[in-house]
Amino acid sequence: MNLRLTNKQINIIEKANPFLIVSTIVAFTFGLYFSLLQSPPDYIQGDSMRIMYIHVPSAWFALMAYTILAGSSVLWFITRNPIFSIIARSIAQIGMIFTLISLVTGSIWGKPTWGVWWVWDARLTSMLLLFFLYLAYIFLWQSITNKDLASKISAALAIVGFVNIPIIKFSVDWWNTLHQPATISKLSSPSIDISMMVPLFIMTLATFLFLVTVFFIRLRIEILDNKILRIREVK
Amino acid sequence: MTDTVKKRLIKFLVSLIIFGIAILIIVYNLRDNIVYFYSPSEIIENNQTGSQIVRLGGLVESESVVSDGDSIFHFKITDGQEQISVKYQGILPNLFAEEKGVVVEGIYMNDGRFIANKVLAKHDENYMPPEVIKSLKETGKWQE
Repeated sequence: MNLRLTNKQINIIEKANPFLIVSTIVAFTFGLYFSLLQSPPDYIQGDSMRIMYIHVPSAWFALMAYTILAGSSVLWFITRNPIFSIIARSIAQIGMIFTLISLVTGSIWGKPTWGVWWVWDARLTSMLLLFFLYLAYIFLWQSITNKDLASKISAALAIVGFVNIPIIKFSVDWWNTLHQPATISKLSSPSIDISMMVPLFIMTLATFLFLVTVFFIRLRIEILDNKILRIREVK
Repeated sequence: MTDTVKKRLIKFLVSLIIFGIAILIIVYNLRDNIVYFYSPSEIIENNQTGSQIVRLGGLVESESVVSDGDSIFHFKITDGQEQISVKYQGILPNLFAEEKGVVVEGIYMNDGRFIANKVLAKHDENYMPPEVIKSLKETGKWQE
């Protein structure tokens, strides 16, 4: 099993970039138009609920990015194929930024809704822990000069930290939290009106395109970085 | 799959199982400490009176909010079974309303009253435009 990317595949990643950037901008234009202008305010929260259109997709992809990070770390541990380590490093910073966005937007929403910027309930605390896990992962890789060792330690951290993901997801169901339970979990009757679901869906798509765009850019950088490391090792 | 890969896979799975069991034990034992607030029934049952600061959460009982000036509020928090009277001096959050979720932080007194020094409005998972709520209420399909 050799999954090392060929130059041809790297070229495809490079060529996809302009299309991804354009489609991200188009999706965000539609998404922001629908979520800020074309959708109604909430019956209790008023206009402050519009923060949800950024908060919820960011939080979803923060969890998804960590799942990819942990998954590729597992694959790296077992196969030792460098591409999995490269994928893991490429997704980590995006995940960290999404976590930060969801923490900050949640805080801005919390002040007018709950009356406080921050509470130490299970959902918010576990989400803050996710941010620190991302941060630790990135710092570990950068601070250990022996890159073989750095790969091992950071992959171990990523895998161990995955335990936090189900805790974040189910914290609102397992424990009493100030954060409300999931809105879109019940497929039969979601607790959100269709006029608000459509903008949320477009914003989710836009956020996903943004994630893929940044991921491909990061992937190219990490592949080049890896090449430089290998050349140095040979010398 | 080569032998080394197989060996690593087995090692990985074994450590995953051990790690998983450890986490399960920790979470299971921590479950009472992780809750952000207690319901009125739990507070009465555990009799958490005294000087310790606790958080109480539930619905604000309908027609229970009384203000006696100087921004002092009295209201009852219920979970459908038990209810606790709360006294609070300060500014209530905008989303504070009767029959809505609320979490208060303060001290549960020996006489069964709760003196709150912080009131947080708890939002539920429903997102609806005002017109939809209006029509739902008109057709009687909306339950508070």
